[in-house]
Amino acid sequence: MSLRRDPLGPLDREAVRQGADVPTRVHVPGDGDGISGELFHHEVHRFADGSRVPGWREGHDPGKDAAEVPDPAQVAVPEDLRAEIEDYMSRYPDPRSAAIPALAAAQRLHGWCSPDAIEQVACVMRLTPGYLTAVAGFYDMLETRPVGRKTVYVCTNISCSLRGGDELLAALKGQLADDPDVNIRGFECLGACDIAPMCSVDGVYVGPVDDAEIPVLAEQIAAGADPLPLKQLVRRRVADTAANSDGVEVEAIEAGTIGPVLHTDGPATGGNDIPGAAR
Amino acid sequence: MTHKLLFHDIDEPGLNTIEVYKRRGGYQQAEKALAMARDSIVKEIEVSGLRGRGGAGFPTGKKASFIPQGKMDKYLVCNADESEPGTFKDRELMQKSPHTLIEGMIIAAYAVGANKAFIFIRGEYVQQAEILEAAVQEAKDAGYIGPNVLGRGIDLDLWVHRGAGAYICGEETGLLDALEGRRGNPRLKPPFPANQGLYQGPTLLNNVETLAAIPHILAVGPEAYAAMGVEASSGTKLISVSGNVQRPGNYEIELGMTGREIIYGLAGGPDPGRDVFFWFPGGSSSPVLTKDDLDLPYDYNSLAGAKTMLGSGAIIVVDDSNSVVDVAVKTASFYKHESCGKCTPCREGTNWTTKMLKRIQSGEATPMDLDVIESVCDQIMGNCLCVLGDAMAMPVASMVQKFRPQFEQHIETARAANEARLLAELDAAAPVLEGIGH
Repeated sequence: MSLRRDPLGPLDREAVRQGADVPTRVHVPGDGDGISGELFHHEVHRFADGSRVPGWREGHDPGKDAAEVPDPAQVAVPEDLRAEIEDYMSRYPDPRSAAIPALAAAQRLHGWCSPDAIEQVACVMRLTPGYLTAVAGFYDMLETRPVGRKTVYVCTNISCSLRGGDELLAALKGQLADDPDVNIRGFECLGACDIAPMCSVDGVYVGPVDDAEIPVLAEQIAAGADPLPLKQLVRRRVADTAANSDGVEVEAIEAGTIGPVLHTDGPATGGNDIPGAAR
Repeated sequence: MTHKLLFHDIDEPGLNTIEVYKRRGGYQQAEKALAMARDSIVKEIEVSGLRGRGGAGFPTGKKASFIPQGKMDKYLVCNADESEPGTFKDRELMQKSPHTLIEGMIIAAYAVGANKAFIFIRGEYVQQAEILEAAVQEAKDAGYIGPNVLGRGIDLDLWVHRGAGAYICGEETGLLDALEGRRGNPRLKPPFPANQGLYQGPTLLNNVETLAAIPHILAVGPEAYAAMGVEASSGTKLISVSGNVQRPGNYEIELGMTGREIIYGLAGGPDPGRDVFFWFPGGSSSPVLTKDDLDLPYDYNSLAGAKTMLGSGAIIVVDDSNSVVDVAVKTASFYKHESCGKCTPCREGTNWTTKMLKRIQSGEATPMDLDVIESVCDQIMGNCLCVLGDAMAMPVASMVQKFRPQFEQHIETARAANEARLLAELDAAAPVLEGIGH
């Protein structure tokens, strides 16, 4: 690490801020105390290509021409995927609008926006692979590298980090790091700060996740099971207690569309045996 | 007693289906509106004083009146890309009562003469998008959307469009680019979307909550709606309270309550033994307020008077167990990640502010960095196509200004700790150093 320090002490700094002149003799670290300063610096880590940014040169070959719109006769597009993309394209005055849903559909099929996936979308939409690669690179949910099929986003934004979102991410990563099927990553605000700390397991919002529930949750993610059914967002009542009339609240609990009041200090269950529980 | 409009009996089982929604009087306002003159609907919305609920607070009726008349294709876009940290009101509304939004969109589309409508929902809201898609299909089957709506000779097409995870798509022109299938980079304004928006056509763009409020305005009457809340902040507002409070969640309030009533009264305040340190009144983009500002009335004008903003109505409470430095780093890192990179002040400014804040956090900074942060923030503001850069500059600058002693103290303690660690390392290395002639 490198140490940068204020050449002035805190008292001098305060005096300068209030308008005093800068003292002429300032202390420079490593100066005159017999240390060369080498210990205050260390090598910047570089990747094999000499860059400090991983992978930015991958896939870039200046000797090659840019790929053109693929020839339909050369590209085999799965029928379902083609139908889905064409359905999206029919919804908009300009079919190009379907780019994001189409890439998402290809990602569901291929697991990530692989060159094959991009080529197939480009073939159906009559766009260049380069254009679609640029679009895919912009959006966080479109993966431009191979990743696990099970997607877990852990929110690490302000509200969640105030309630342990970073710790949840670290704990889940610790338990699921060896599973190649799981793509677990910290994510920007997922819009569920009321259930912080929370995560999204293949689109199912779960929270608040107590520390004791993390091993259960990790097992459920790895097994592809319904994650913490009692803690899913869809079963959460509105926080505003004056919103529901009493009858509606009782009716909803009986119908199982909202959960009974959970005791946050009770034992962690992670079970799924609420009668009539509906997702 | 606050009126509950949007949240009235929101947890009723099956409210997401058209059957229950209609049993509760749903779609009556759409039927009523379609029999009214177009400009009288816009007039009613103007009288109601409804202001955009997405963040900017622009009067909705005025925005609708900017849409030009004429025979060109016009579009209605609902901004459901709710990504502002701390905000989750639209999520609850779309998940539990999607037909309110759809009914509001039918009325708004009719009022401005739009025949193509889109709901741009953020890709992370998978379950909400599925519920919305099902609800749209029900509305199509019931004849509320489609060719010749309710036999009145009006065509309306409505689709749910899922995004793929980018905060900038909540910015209206970034959203339009994303909806056109491009990278979500904001556009130069003017022309505003009302004149040249989606596919260069006149486009009315509104937040979920704004559109969902329209059926309720027609139901209670614009004057009654305007009577709720306070001057210039009429009606009810959904607010999302999160962070260090005991009952985080969405609440429907009439604007004009104090921050204390919301944070302590509704949300239960911080855990026992803890005190409010500071709070964001309108999402993480709003300049922070301290606990001395808790008695400020929570409405558009009072917050503007306190040099902050109501924004999306998302209150994030930070209690005194937290360090302002950590929160500042979190805030800045978010905007650094989400900056689209189109404008230099935002792309570089968010990046360097984050770097400087991280240096402060790890004890490698000097108090001079605080001055640099303030000047960088100052140079971002107002110098970009959109307000993403401002959205980082405003809260970070306000934290540095209001909590400068805490920042300076952190710099000193973290630096002292680093120095002690380095000296210990030096001591450990002393035998080696002697060996090589030092």
